[in-house]
Amino acid sequence: MSTKQALSALTRREALLLAAGATMVVAGGVVLKSGTAHADQKMVDDAVMKMIGKKKPAEGKITFDLPQIAENGNTVPVGVSVESPMTADNYVKAVHLFADGNPSPEVASLYFTPMSGKASAATRMRLAKTQNVVAVAEMSDGSVFRAQQEVKVTIGGCGG
Amino acid sequence: MAKNVKPRVRVPKKAAKGDIIEIKTLISHKMESGRRKGKDGKLVPRSIINKFSATFNGKPVFSADWAPSVSANPYMSFFAKVDESGEFAFEWIDDDGSVYKSAAKITVA
Repeated sequence: MSTKQALSALTRREALLLAAGATMVVAGGVVLKSGTAHADQKMVDDAVMKMIGKKKPAEGKITFDLPQIAENGNTVPVGVSVESPMTADNYVKAVHLFADGNPSPEVASLYFTPMSGKASAATRMRLAKTQNVVAVAEMSDGSVFRAQQEVKVTIGGCGG
Repeated sequence: MAKNVKPRVRVPKKAAKGDIIEIKTLISHKMESGRRKGKDGKLVPRSIINKFSATFNGKPVFSADWAPSVSANPYMSFFAKVDESGEFAFEWIDDDGSVYKSAAKITVA
């Protein structure tokens, strides 16, 4: 191996290292960008805490009516129902919907009354990408329930 | 006021006392999220309907707060327990303060 060849090999290795480093920087940039552009679990938790205070939600009572795969993220049908007798002293006060992969996690807050008859409602939402949809239900007695379900999104909404 | 905003509601005409009926509502509105870029490359300012409410004979039945994540032409369906004849009144409140209204009567036998 001549000196010249060794030198070129070295520079090639350096070049490769540099390239690898650059890729990592770019990848890091992408991660950082998605971190700022989209909500994550922590932002959802913060948003939940803002709505309901520092209560610990229990599992159960909430049923989603959500597609497993949404072809168009611009209109994803979402239905939510909560088990409750819906009487004047025992009813569901509110159900808050969140999407953990959207630019901001809040989707909608639904407020029920005993006159609602049953705590069930449906709307349509935008989903930017495949993500979890979270529902948090507040009962009239102060208890809180939480449920989540993943929706796979083929084409994202939110005006990409 | 946003242009061409037309609310539509579907309420059964008749029901038996104590029935839980389903109400479906739809309103045409572009629900501009404030994150989309227009043709000029600038962000289109947010313009959404942020609140919906339904009352029956003046008493609250259901309401909702909407974030920009709600789709364009927002749809909302929910339920109501009817014990007497009367009128449902619906209200949508726009970011710009406009209020869109609709109403529907129901006869309870």
